[in-house]
Amino acid sequence: MPNRFSFLTLAREALRSHAGWRPQWRSPERPQPAYDIVILGGGGHGLATAYYLAKEHRVGRIAVLEKGWIGGGNTGRNTTIIRSNYLFPESAALYDHAVRLWEGLSAELNYNVMFSPRGVLMLAHGEHDVQSLKRHVHANRLAGVDNEWLAPAACKAFCPPLDISPAIRYPVLGGALQRRGGVARHDAVAWGYARAASALGVDILENCEVTGIARDPRGGAVTGVETSKGHIRCGKLGVVAAGSTSLVMAMAGLRMPLESFPLQALVSEPVKPVFPCVAMSNTIHAYVSQSDKGELVIGAGTDQYTSYSQAGNVQILEHTLEAICEIFPIFRRMRMLRAWGGIVDVTPDRSPIIGTTSVPGLYVNCGWGTGGFKATPGSGHVFAATIARSEPHPIAAPFSLDRFVTGRVIDEAAAAAVMH
Amino acid sequence: MLLIACPWCGPRPEMEFRHAGEAHLARPADPAAVSDAAWAAYLYERSNPRGEHAERWRHLHGCGRFFNARRHTLTDRISATYKPGEAP
Ligand SMILES: Cc1cc2nc3c(=O)[nH]c(=O)nc-3n(C[C@H](O)[C@H](O)[C@H](O)COP(=O)(O)OP(=O)(O)OC[C@H]3O[C@@H](n4cnc5c(N)ncnc54)[C@H](O)[C@@H]3O)c2cc1C
Ligand SMILES: [Zn+2]
Repeated sequence: MPNRFSFLTLAREALRSHAGWRPQWRSPERPQPAYDIVILGGGGHGLATAYYLAKEHRVGRIAVLEKGWIGGGNTGRNTTIIRSNYLFPESAALYDHAVRLWEGLSAELNYNVMFSPRGVLMLAHGEHDVQSLKRHVHANRLAGVDNEWLAPAACKAFCPPLDISPAIRYPVLGGALQRRGGVARHDAVAWGYARAASALGVDILENCEVTGIARDPRGGAVTGVETSKGHIRCGKLGVVAAGSTSLVMAMAGLRMPLESFPLQALVSEPVKPVFPCVAMSNTIHAYVSQSDKGELVIGAGTDQYTSYSQAGNVQILEHTLEAICEIFPIFRRMRMLRAWGGIVDVTPDRSPIIGTTSVPGLYVNCGWGTGGFKATPGSGHVFAATIARSEPHPIAAPFSLDRFVTGRVIDEAAAAAVMH
Repeated sequence: MLLIACPWCGPRPEMEFRHAGEAHLARPADPAAVSDAAWAAYLYERSNPRGEHAERWRHLHGCGRFFNARRHTLTDRISATYKPGEAP
């Protein structure tokens, strides 16, 4: 068992040169021959799913299979913006469920995920932006989700580095502020869920790539998975593979309404605290916050073509940095330290897919695209219930795969062209 | 940035082009006659492979025409571009 973190244990370890800390989660080299439930993908969503399955549902033995290391996918590559001010009631319910879980997550996991609700300010640069963001503010208030409209001077007061002069190319005409929004430490989210799930008996297998899905020749139900560590039998399989979802689902013969694109982020050299909040501009494409280490964390857009290269094009970064320099002129001389990319799985309506599939025993949680980190706790929570009961959790139900057949899409893309 | 050979204009920088998704998806001849599932499959389901991908591009800031390309989605290397109706 890992040590429990408390003021007392921290003080005790400080006095004995931190010699008493044990590994935070069990990391078995070999899998068991069989599990009741296998979760494919050790990102935040997969680990959270395993944790809530073990904690809230009596389902037997659970394993998480990760082809690389846990959190090495988009979980460890994202810009960690958390908010729930989406337009449609179905989305607001899902993302706000997550924000409520974020608020208590460090205590729930006994692990500091550094959730920092410092406020997310979304900027408007034109009449269309103003109308669209105000529509969001009103829709959110009706749905019980906080979101308020700020005039330019109030935006500047909340985010002092912002240039609100009318002379710039895309002047700031106001902004929508969600005060409960903010950021969290991405690695800590993966580690915290892994540690808590492991303590409840979940086996977390790293360097274990799933290469095939075994099915019953008669009914077609999932019976196990082929992996780089051998065959593993399972009763149910939950796929939470983000950018690789189409590849995994093809192993069960399913075609998905998904396309995978590279999405990039970059960080600057570290500086003293200068940026108190998260600021986003969808129109000119800039997202920025400052990490506790002092780096500016900047999110760019996706490449225009599908790719699994995990790199991304330099002109995309340039476009974002131009926007940052325009609205935050104090950053013009800042040096950038590094940039990287992750592969995001994008749905036609930019809303996730959570639920059952046409293959018995196969469940999928994907399509979070450019904005799923914020949903990690809520996504895992409702997906765990969906797998355990073999029917969609009420919050997950509208996000079923068959919405593309019925036409009940949840078109957040058309509503706002929002990226994160 | 990719260097893309438009079949009409020759090699030009990616900035001049718009990616237009998977190629060779045939629209059902009579949409009203197909099932909702078949129509959804046509509209939304994509191969999204890690490997060779046939895709449409439009030379938006050039001749304006659509064409097809075959690109590897891990290396992004384009092995062929060809006009609509042609084989790769
Ligand atoms: C640059 C960037 C910035 C972003 N910014 C934000 C943001 O500010 N706010 C926000 O809310 N979201 C953001 N996102 C999106 C967010 O990161 C994702 O939606 C989210 O992390 C998806 O979570 P996940 O756990 O499903 O994915 P992942 O962490 O990618 O986990 C999937 C795991 O599945 C594993 N896997 C895949 N195939 C197999 C296989 N065959 N066998 C075994 N394992 C396999 C992968 O190795 C991976 O670890 C951003 C993404 C990127 C790339
Ligand atoms: Zn041309």
